[in-house]
Amino acid sequence: MSRAATSEKFDDNARRALADPALQGALAFVEANFPARRRAVVDALPEFDALRDSARDIKAHTLAHLDLYLEAWEARVKEQGGHVHYAPTAADANRIVLDICRAENARTVTKGKSMVGEEIGINEHLEQHGIVPVETDLGEYIIQIRDELPSHIIMPAVHLNRQQIAADFRRVHTDLPKDRDLDTAMALLSEARTTLRKKFLAADVGITGANFLIAETGSSVIVTNEGNGDLTCTLPRVHIVLASIEKLVPTMEDMAQLLRVLARSATAQEMSVYTTITTGPRRGEDQDGPDQYHVVIVDNGRSAMLAGEFRDMLRCIRCGACMNHCPVYHAVGGHAYGFVYPGPMGAVLTPSLLGVDRAGRLPNASTFCGRCEEVCPVRIPLPRLMRFWRDREFSRQLSSPVSRAGLAAWGFFARRPWLYGAVTGIGVRALAWVGRARGKFGWLPLAGGFTATRDIAAPQGPTFQAQWRRRAGTQGVAEHARTVPSGNPHGRGSEPQLTEPAASDPESRP
Amino acid sequence: MSARDQIFGSIRRALAVTGEEASRKKIVADRIADHPRGVIPARGQLPDAERLALLVGKIEAAAGSVVRLATIEEVPAAVADYLRTDGLPLAARRGADARLAALPWEREPALAVTVGASSGDDLVGLSHATAAVAETGTLVLLSGPDNPTTLNFLPDHHLVVVAAATVVGDLETALARLREERGAGGTPPSGLPRAVHLITGPSRTADIEQTLILGAHGPRRLHVMLVGGPA
Repeated sequence: MSRAATSEKFDDNARRALADPALQGALAFVEANFPARRRAVVDALPEFDALRDSARDIKAHTLAHLDLYLEAWEARVKEQGGHVHYAPTAADANRIVLDICRAENARTVTKGKSMVGEEIGINEHLEQHGIVPVETDLGEYIIQIRDELPSHIIMPAVHLNRQQIAADFRRVHTDLPKDRDLDTAMALLSEARTTLRKKFLAADVGITGANFLIAETGSSVIVTNEGNGDLTCTLPRVHIVLASIEKLVPTMEDMAQLLRVLARSATAQEMSVYTTITTGPRRGEDQDGPDQYHVVIVDNGRSAMLAGEFRDMLRCIRCGACMNHCPVYHAVGGHAYGFVYPGPMGAVLTPSLLGVDRAGRLPNASTFCGRCEEVCPVRIPLPRLMRFWRDREFSRQLSSPVSRAGLAAWGFFARRPWLYGAVTGIGVRALAWVGRARGKFGWLPLAGGFTATRDIAAPQGPTFQAQWRRRAGTQGVAEHARTVPSGNPHGRGSEPQLTEPAASDPESRP
Repeated sequence: MSARDQIFGSIRRALAVTGEEASRKKIVADRIADHPRGVIPARGQLPDAERLALLVGKIEAAAGSVVRLATIEEVPAAVADYLRTDGLPLAARRGADARLAALPWEREPALAVTVGASSGDDLVGLSHATAAVAETGTLVLLSGPDNPTTLNFLPDHHLVVVAAATVVGDLETALARLREERGAGGTPPSGLPRAVHLITGPSRTADIEQTLILGAHGPRRLHVMLVGGPA
């Protein structure tokens, strides 16, 4: 069972988000800050684009040999005294973590930020069985006390302002004086730091994610800025790492390449504050560190993605640059996507995890402007992968009858170019004649969604295609017209294979 | 079928491989054995003096502070200076590192230096880095009794000694030296220590309204004492 999702309600979620002034204020911050900051740090490194190629190639190479790198990594972990567990589904992963906690009679668990932990809903599972999980990343802690999903994979609480956070702290930290000052971000941080420091020292088990697993050394790597991840994996008796299969890299050198593009793309830093390479449990002479080191390898639908076009998506290093640059994310924020992965990467990944029948609206929520692909540090062709999902949604007849009818009508004409040209020519002339007085329309049939918020200009002159033909005739650019791609430029042969969950309930799988 | 077999089976079906192909095995074994370097930024490839200057600049850009010392014997006085300047009690905690143990602490009789991991009550931790990376201002610290991990994270102030001779231009060189010294696998003590910490500046967060604040869960200040090398 993956975490509860509302992706099928994307349209309603988006409408609500657009009408939420606090959220819109927070999102304006994202749009105003991140692209410029990333630009500056990227411009300061002339090798950045070469590093992106290197990062893409490392991930592609590892995925093509994933079984062998996983074997090599596992052997190293065992040599170093660590334990490796395999979880084909989210339910398996939750059960494994609970079993480890129970064997240690664990009462409280501290958590470093883990997207796969969010994906499988590990917190809910532990709570249901009487174990208290405490998120320690400041953003994750805030959304945990609000019982929300993260709205961004790097900054989980980016949708909130500090007044909202202060109200939550007053509600939850009831042992503190009521008249305390929580007006500044600094005051909020101090309160969280003091509260969580006690939790760190008391926890029996620490759970972190992993940014990378290194096959060469049998290590897991976490990248953080706060230091909470390191306290989580150092202080408790047991450290559990939740890592999905695509986190593997071959060597330390490969990790170094990926670190350069990760920090710059995620937070516009040259290097995150803490990158920690963890290898096995506490050694004989160590005075700190956990006695047990466990890694839970989570599949949850990913191995099937290796087979087709969606293998490209498994290169993702979870930097969040795609959402930071996405006009749709800027407009509706992360919660509208209805699952733990928002933005363009979520629009591609979520249908793979939940099924296109549930998450098919997400790949439709794109303008195909291409900025996500432009900034992706591992060069994932996100718009192309979203188009594959749209195609699948259409061919499985999952889209609405109205949009199917509309597309069918358009398709009828598009397949008959002479008819298309004739009909649009008549239409354009008719619209131009009707609108000749005002030069614009405040309302048009079938275009109510557009004209609700702005006028539509009356056409002037002939259609684009007619103008193009005329230019071609006079300037000799006819050849170019044939190279304009239409539909899927990669042809039917490059269609993705089915990578949705086979059963709607993954728990029923063997 | 075990969960492990299930995942490996699913990966191999998707990749259309058996896992027994000699050519694939050789590719993987060679990659791990050869650990090729990728793209190394030119920025850090500098003569000694410029490399140290780059390190200092990058640590400061990451909100850390740096003091240059001619010899390691100056460290006790530099620690005392830092504490006095910040109005802190004259106390610090360090690990068993022989380079720190051998220092003339008696020259600062008022300074109380205790030894061992931190349980969270220490205001100031003192560590010796194993290397530093000029490219990004990153310190490399190894876990173990010499420099326990808790000293890097629990105290409010983290003071770190870096020897100029261990400052390298890029991260790959620092990691390659670790591999040369300890190996990259096998049974402990061969292989990496429990934790290799790459630290770039003091702890921070921007989770509240994207306002950057130092000292989230780890140290509020990171102070580097860079010892030796061209001035």
